[in-house]
Amino acid sequence: MRIVDPHSEEEVADILRAAHEDGAAVIPRGGGTKSDWGNPPARTDIMLSTARLNRVIDHAWADLTVTVEAGCTIAELQCALARRGQRLAVDPLWPGRATVGGVLSTNDTGVLRLRYGGLRDLVIGVTLALADGTLARSGGKVVKNVAGYDLSKLVTGAFGTLGVITSATFRLHPVPKYTHTVTAAVPDLGAMQRLLNRILDSQLVPAAVQVRAGTGAPQIDVLFEGTEEGIHAQVDRLQEMTPVTENDAEVWKRLDAGAKISVLPARIAETLEGLVGYAVVEATGIGWVQTHRLSPLRAKIEAMGGSLVLMRPYEGMDAWGDTAGSAGGDSLPLMRAIKQRFDPRGILNPGVFVGGI
Amino acid sequence: MSFLDQLRHILGPHGLISASEEARTYECDGLTNFRVMPLAVALPTSAEQVQAVIRICHRERIPFVARGSGTGLSGGALPVKNGIVISLARMNRILEVDLPNQRIVVEPGVINLDVTARVTGAGYFYAPDPSSQSVCSIGGNVAENAGGAHCLKYGFTTTHVLALEVVLPDGTLAHFGSKTLDAPGYDLAGVFVGSEGTLGVATKITLRIVKRPQCVQTLLAAFKSPNEAGAAVSDIIAAGMLPAAIEMMDNLAIQAAEAAVHANYPNCGGLLLVELDGPVAEVDTLMAQTSAICRENGASEIRVAQTDEERALVWKGRKAAFASVGRISPNFIVQDGVIPRTALPKILDEIERLGLASGLRVANVFHAGDGNLHPLVLYDRRIEGQEKGAERLAERILELCIEMGGSITGEHGVGEEKKHMMGKMFAEPDLATMQRLRCAFDPLSLSNPTKVFPRPRLCGETPGEYQPHPLEVAGVAERF
Repeated sequence: MRIVDPHSEEEVADILRAAHEDGAAVIPRGGGTKSDWGNPPARTDIMLSTARLNRVIDHAWADLTVTVEAGCTIAELQCALARRGQRLAVDPLWPGRATVGGVLSTNDTGVLRLRYGGLRDLVIGVTLALADGTLARSGGKVVKNVAGYDLSKLVTGAFGTLGVITSATFRLHPVPKYTHTVTAAVPDLGAMQRLLNRILDSQLVPAAVQVRAGTGAPQIDVLFEGTEEGIHAQVDRLQEMTPVTENDAEVWKRLDAGAKISVLPARIAETLEGLVGYAVVEATGIGWVQTHRLSPLRAKIEAMGGSLVLMRPYEGMDAWGDTAGSAGGDSLPLMRAIKQRFDPRGILNPGVFVGGI
Repeated sequence: MSFLDQLRHILGPHGLISASEEARTYECDGLTNFRVMPLAVALPTSAEQVQAVIRICHRERIPFVARGSGTGLSGGALPVKNGIVISLARMNRILEVDLPNQRIVVEPGVINLDVTARVTGAGYFYAPDPSSQSVCSIGGNVAENAGGAHCLKYGFTTTHVLALEVVLPDGTLAHFGSKTLDAPGYDLAGVFVGSEGTLGVATKITLRIVKRPQCVQTLLAAFKSPNEAGAAVSDIIAAGMLPAAIEMMDNLAIQAAEAAVHANYPNCGGLLLVELDGPVAEVDTLMAQTSAICRENGASEIRVAQTDEERALVWKGRKAAFASVGRISPNFIVQDGVIPRTALPKILDEIERLGLASGLRVANVFHAGDGNLHPLVLYDRRIEGQEKGAERLAERILELCIEMGGSITGEHGVGEEKKHMMGKMFAEPDLATMQRLRCAFDPLSLSNPTKVFPRPRLCGETPGEYQPHPLEVAGVAERF
């Protein structure tokens, strides 16, 4: 396998154009932290590293937006934004190495999603290098914009199978003045679910809520952000529902787990019942599970209308779904048609995505 | 059976309008200066009927345009010549309310405000609030990715759509997204929302609902000019606040709103409306800070609406702004441009200059927090040349938006009205890439085919390579 590390979007396009003509398979790579995610590629001829595309192009702080090249790491980006008291409101895994392009392509948002939305809601524009070397922009640099198709959303979570993201523009949020984490221990999963439902049905506005379950009693962590007065009032209100103790921000450090699950928030307890292993599930219903019994858990979750996708290869399991056609469902033919239009020769990350795309 | 008989067979005698007098209601949407008579109007009552209608359209190569309440302002629901309109107005049931998971499943004809009405008793609301929310439909909101005053904090329609059931342009039924987040596969719901009816017809929509905040406070501040009000907005953002809404009106817009709904606005050059919501303790603190910022920027009068009645009146004036302009001008064009918020003073100066030069008045209403401008260009159709002049001025404002790094539409859509501007905002490869997506969904170009893009294109079998389209071969269509 040949490794190339272009330093401009035009070079990325040139490499892809040549690969397209040769029918050579291209594996885009950011920090290389998530190369185990998805199914293993069917072919690997060229590894296209975005490492040298690492500039913060334009931090328009007064407009609360940033345009950044795909190879910039999340930590470097956040550091640049923090100089103006701003941040991209995501907390993906391995921020020191994970890149903007990789995080977008794998849609790894993190726990702040409850309050600030997912990457799909924060990305407002992308530049894409398509398989045939076309360079295309979609969206723009303004938060509110409905001109043309929103291709930024199409490539978010597409695992690089439709094009290589060379740069992206995001809406930003101010770094909160105060943050405060509290934890409630609950006797069992049933009590956990009841408390979680009450928090979500209340007028509290936590930035993040997560459930930790495995050995011992389940715990619920709640993160508040905002003004000192607002945080105190909300912690007091939460205290009326359940005893809580102050906790360290370390509790939000993301779990490097074997699988990502997505279930309905009100069915988290049901999902975790009988789990042999450990899980952290966010109040959005997205969770991270470490267990040796992935297959039965997937069957149970799929029957509930949710999904379990692998974060690393697991013998005999497809990364995306088990039941024939469950991943992608009746829109899989359309997904294939889109892939065909964007990458007719199937050179980008072949076989990595849903349904063998 | 003729095409219309086939449709009548599916829809029943009351499900099809083919007489031209009755169909006239459908010849335009909220953009009334474009009119096209449809071949017929289908009024399906189920996804199966929508499917059956579209299958026939696909077989007979008849283009179709989906329509909700017809309130769109860019001509997205304008019929296409020799095509039919599919009105979703009769598919207006709320199918499921799932409070524990904060989801609601609706048919496309459900009215925006009825979603909130259904969950308000439990303390929830549906966040996207276009000004037409008492009449516009969720299906139309989905097509246009409707925004509203509160999207600064709560996001647009796309933020709140979790799943869609869609009839594709060949009549196939497909499901995008899921009630759970991040369903494996491409984010098709993400690209469908805002695609202006060009990728198919939504027949079922799963929405997110939001808990009502503990308290809401709305501040009105009067400034000498929009520029001072704009400076206050910058300071509010710089202070790290994310208000639920920040709206601005200039003097002409204030006069119009006063004439129409007597909102009791202060008479000033630039009126700022800031709404904060959340926990009481937080809102109290931030509202004090906001008032101070407004005072520092020279606000002559500051009022905080405390009761629901006061707030309702404040918003009534703002939401009625477009219609109110009818009180001060016989005709007007509503424009919808976006700029980076910091370019506000610059574009306001330019708009004023352009207005003076062309002898036309422009009233300005903005979603100031996100840089979405709604200039209202006033004119009188009876005066020779004014309409053309107004159109030119409105278009020039959009060009300025593009030059300043913004967009030609923030929430009204491209539709028929602005498709010729797309080539100014995007380069040819950008448009060609969007076309690839369209061709994957609709290779025969049947779903609202003449909208959004500057000129119709046919979809070759392989992108980038010329291949004659079946319609070309048959001599029915030619390539542009």
